[in-house]
Amino acid sequence: MEYFVQQLINGVTLGSIYGLIAIGYTMVYGIIGMINFAHGDIFMVGAFISLIVITALGLTVSTGLGLTFVALILVLVCAMIIASAYGWTLERLAYRPLRGSFRLAPLITAIGVSIVLQNYIQIAQGARVKPLQPIITDGYTLMTKTTEAGEFVVQISNIQILIISVTVILMAVFSLIIAKTSLGRSQRACEQDQKMASLLGINVDKTISTTFVMGAALAAVAGLMFLLYYGVIDFFIGFVAGVKAFTAAVLGGIGSLPGAMLGGLVIGLIETFWSAYFSVEYKDVAAFAMLAIVLIFLPQGLLGKPEVEKV
Amino acid sequence: MTRWNEDILLSVERMSMRFGGLLAVDDLSFNVGKGDITALIGPNGAGKTTVFNCITGFYKPTAGRITAHTLEGEKFLLERMDDFRIPKQAKVARTFQNIRLFGGMTVLENLMVGQHNPLMKASKFTFGGILGLSSYKEAEKQAIELAKYWMEKTGLTYRADDAAADLPYGEQRKLEIARAMCTRPKLLCLDEPAAGLNPRESEELNALLLHIRAEEDTGILLIEHDMNVVMEISDHIVVLDYGEKIADGTPEEVRNDPKVIAAYLGVSDEDVENVEQQIEQDVTGSGETEAPK
Repeated sequence: MEYFVQQLINGVTLGSIYGLIAIGYTMVYGIIGMINFAHGDIFMVGAFISLIVITALGLTVSTGLGLTFVALILVLVCAMIIASAYGWTLERLAYRPLRGSFRLAPLITAIGVSIVLQNYIQIAQGARVKPLQPIITDGYTLMTKTTEAGEFVVQISNIQILIISVTVILMAVFSLIIAKTSLGRSQRACEQDQKMASLLGINVDKTISTTFVMGAALAAVAGLMFLLYYGVIDFFIGFVAGVKAFTAAVLGGIGSLPGAMLGGLVIGLIETFWSAYFSVEYKDVAAFAMLAIVLIFLPQGLLGKPEVEKV
Repeated sequence: MTRWNEDILLSVERMSMRFGGLLAVDDLSFNVGKGDITALIGPNGAGKTTVFNCITGFYKPTAGRITAHTLEGEKFLLERMDDFRIPKQAKVARTFQNIRLFGGMTVLENLMVGQHNPLMKASKFTFGGILGLSSYKEAEKQAIELAKYWMEKTGLTYRADDAAADLPYGEQRKLEIARAMCTRPKLLCLDEPAAGLNPRESEELNALLLHIRAEEDTGILLIEHDMNVVMEISDHIVVLDYGEKIADGTPEEVRNDPKVIAAYLGVSDEDVENVEQQIEQDVTGSGETEAPK
């Protein structure tokens, strides 16, 4: 029981990070029907920016609580802004010129851009793994159980609390933007009929750019969280995390925002539980097998809308 | 008599549109007057929808000029504008022959999308909207008021929170007009608004269009096949056939124009010469059916 609770906490944390990245995939897919394969690399860039800013600020574990809090917010804002600039540029240079060409063209450039970003960071930052000393330590003990082998302690660390709460807040804010603001309405309008949206005075190009910027900002947040949680990053983290988040988006129903969150959570939990109870080696197999099973029985994903074609 | 040539809202000058070898619109010129309901009629394939598509930026005409005049005396050359600027700045809105609503959004949301630009400005590009600025709240309140007004005028208030796709056909048509009106247009282009409506709905549509003309300071340009609607509500009719203008005038003039009758009913081979003679006489006789070129 204690073991289960501990894995649940770990799984939700991992799922939060996947969910944050998955939102970027799902929003871009929703609006232009394209899988932005470079999105995982934006996440990686976000993690690197966070690392650079943290190092520049000289943030360590001995920094006082208040100061750490302020500094982390600063890091978050920097990472979001710079990653957004990457997202915007990416859309402007690589995708917009290809809008309206055949469907596979932007997909190919997306893969190309992904490789470019990876190599760029590899050259600029080096190929070695970058470590970060833990900044946020400690946690709360929820349960203890004494066994013959010793004590088993269920803990939720401060960093896990931080990740889960930041994710919940950001998802709430983004859902609100999509549901209630004029920007969100214009995004949903472009999703359904771009031509009609432009006939109502909506600048479709700008709306699409904004969508990329929003996705990139969330990916940067995920990058910072990943860095704080694992403490090591390299130029290749974007690929695996990106594929997992993409899986999460498809699992939840691509195009659906709550679906992306749910999908992220499910993938995170499956991975964690599989490694906890079966084998660490096959955790990715478990996650992708789950995707295959769900797509066989629910082709539109968990929360996606089935495509109904009127005759 | 030719009020539309004096107080001009939209002027199309020598416009041609060519698709490969097909000349869909050939050297067309006409004016839409302020506060008029102008009907664009003609047999199937005459090029009416092409004209609409050129006006609203769907197509760039091969030749010619389309000018929109605002009430402040500004002029916009529509064929040179990005498509989203046409409703935003030149204040031209349109509806489609096949309805294009945002089906997954509610009736109210559809109307709010039409007011995207003022809301976006008031929300300081969303940041202010999230923070809950009072200016944004005010703008949103006004937007909802305008939406409510048009829901009331189109009798859709009771449907406000239903998905647009769930509405019956007649109500969807009305919602499209309401949404177009929410952009506060100066010229409203309607592509066959009465198509598929039953007689009662068609009557309601007429009332709505007459209301828009009377109250909203908005000119209407419509394509319509239903001659009852056209003759009843329009002030000015332009007739197209094979991409060319064959008549331009008041409903009275157009109704009695032999060219129009010939285009609509067709002429048997023996009668061709008679009709042509008659047209010749008519043109030289009154000279009024044809607007000066």
